[in-house]
Amino acid sequence: MSALATAPAIVPLAAAALVTVVRSRPALQQAVAVVGILVLLACALALLAQVLTGETLVVAFGGWPAPMAIEFVVDRTAAALVVITALMGAAAIVFLASDADVGNGHPLLLPLLFGVLAGAGGAFVTGDLFNLYVWFEVMLICALGLLAIGGRVDQLDASFKYLALNLLGTLLLLFAVAAVYGVTGHLNFAALAAAAPAVAPGLWLAVLTLLTLAFLVKAGAFPVYAWLPASYHTLPAPVLALVAGLLTKVGIYAVLRTLGDVFSPAPGVLHELLGWVAAATMLFGVLGAAYHWDMRRILAFHIISQVGYILLGIALASAAGYAATLFYTLHHIIVKANLFLIAAIIWRLTGSYDLRRIGGLYVARPWMTLLLLIPALSLVGIPPLSGFWAKLLLLEEAIGQGRVVWTVVALVVSVLTLYSMMKIWMEAFWKRHPDPDWQPPVNTRLGPAWAATVGLAGVTVWISLYPQALLVYAQAAAATLGGR
Amino acid sequence: MIWAVAAAVWITLASGVYLCLSRDVFRVALGLAVVGAGVNLALLASGRLGAGLPAVVPKGEQLLVGASNPLPQALVLTAIVIGFALVCFSLALVLGLIRDAGTDDALELRAAEPVPGDEVKPPQTDPAHAPDWPPEGRP
Repeated sequence: MSALATAPAIVPLAAAALVTVVRSRPALQQAVAVVGILVLLACALALLAQVLTGETLVVAFGGWPAPMAIEFVVDRTAAALVVITALMGAAAIVFLASDADVGNGHPLLLPLLFGVLAGAGGAFVTGDLFNLYVWFEVMLICALGLLAIGGRVDQLDASFKYLALNLLGTLLLLFAVAAVYGVTGHLNFAALAAAAPAVAPGLWLAVLTLLTLAFLVKAGAFPVYAWLPASYHTLPAPVLALVAGLLTKVGIYAVLRTLGDVFSPAPGVLHELLGWVAAATMLFGVLGAAYHWDMRRILAFHIISQVGYILLGIALASAAGYAATLFYTLHHIIVKANLFLIAAIIWRLTGSYDLRRIGGLYVARPWMTLLLLIPALSLVGIPPLSGFWAKLLLLEEAIGQGRVVWTVVALVVSVLTLYSMMKIWMEAFWKRHPDPDWQPPVNTRLGPAWAATVGLAGVTVWISLYPQALLVYAQAAAATLGGR
Repeated sequence: MIWAVAAAVWITLASGVYLCLSRDVFRVALGLAVVGAGVNLALLASGRLGAGLPAVVPKGEQLLVGASNPLPQALVLTAIVIGFALVCFSLALVLGLIRDAGTDDALELRAAEPVPGDEVKPPQTDPAHAPDWPPEGRP
């Protein structure tokens, strides 16, 4: 069943084509989208079941022998990320049926959404460097379409900034791919791993630095993250949740794949530099979040801050560090997407994303407090929620390696994260609504929104209460990285 | 030959980056296209240049000797196609942006990130730059 390895790319592409064909009939389009995402989810779970037996699925295209063919390789790391991709797609498509900031109902929104899923899925499973670049381009053009599709002037403005900075990152990636091919003569990951030690160390460091920098642009790391807070907050909520959850993580996955797996052991100076980049990313991201009062902008800056934590695991350059990175990534995608979706529900109930204009939700919707606090406190890392386990794994390894400065930065940033999560709670829930006549609207269509957010919160609670299952999986995944 | 190509890559990248640094958004879009062309040249150069022989392995041989490696040429074709699509998109986007925002000065494009009027507090979002509330309901 190695053909199953193509499903993460093929299924979303087929779904994108189908929802484009039926775009003139919204109800049918939505039904096709639900079927498409369910098929993707089923394929992802089947892949997960395969890799759980210890097998790595490899499929080579075109009948070429090993180093020539483009390969799709699904190991534990890739399979877990594919499952989470499908889950995020499902949450976004369910949420689209509500009326909480879901955009203008443009018929091409769903095709582009599946395009993003195809790009992410393809990037996770590919075993070829140039192919990885192509999947990054697929994600870029689809994300641009999703940004520009709303047509408001701020969305066009955001698209332009996203385009300019991300396209430079992509071109940097293409340049790095050319350099890698120039010095090794290979693009296949397995062949690259074998060929890399023969390259002169100085030249190799330059090439690998270029490649890592290109991926860091995509990951939203300091100091090349400016495209992210400039654009994300203009997206409609379900799209924002999907894009915010997935796109930067694909960049992180690419850094993990290059430094931690294919080119492992990478030069130590690169890991050292990455550690400082990670610490700066955490700090500057959270400072941006502490300044803002618009919920979407707060959360967008928190993506950057959390990217720093995830990169720190890669910088530690050990199996425990990589396991922490994988655990953190999986936990974080769910929590972050859920926070954006909950912010959209708050917007629907109170009328604004700006914390200065809203309030009174604790009286109006007391149970919603719990729904907010699960992902919010998990993002901070309050025990026993999933973020606590992720940070524990990460900081245990950092302390174990004697990285005191990085650990202290991570802990200080956690406190500042708590500050901005409490800001959302105090302003949106605890204080009175600034308009004394405010009543929560009655004619809302929030059922699908509740289903999506409660479902994601349920996954967070599951990880929180049974971290062992995911931890064992992440450790097994990390143990196979760099093992070629 | 390789030095001539290196100089061409350098000049193309330099002019592209120069255009990208402009405040005129239309020039930025053109600059990105020029940078893309420079990177494509570099990609082409990664597979040997200048032999002029067809990239065909003679019968009975296993290795391609003397000719350029055809793989980077195939990669460049892919990259050109992708780059062309992105250039088309960026030109359409920039024209729409100039039309709707009424300016082509990048420093005046502040619709997504408004300039704070207060020294401490961030600016309030302009309702014209936020989703409509209450929503009209999807068609």
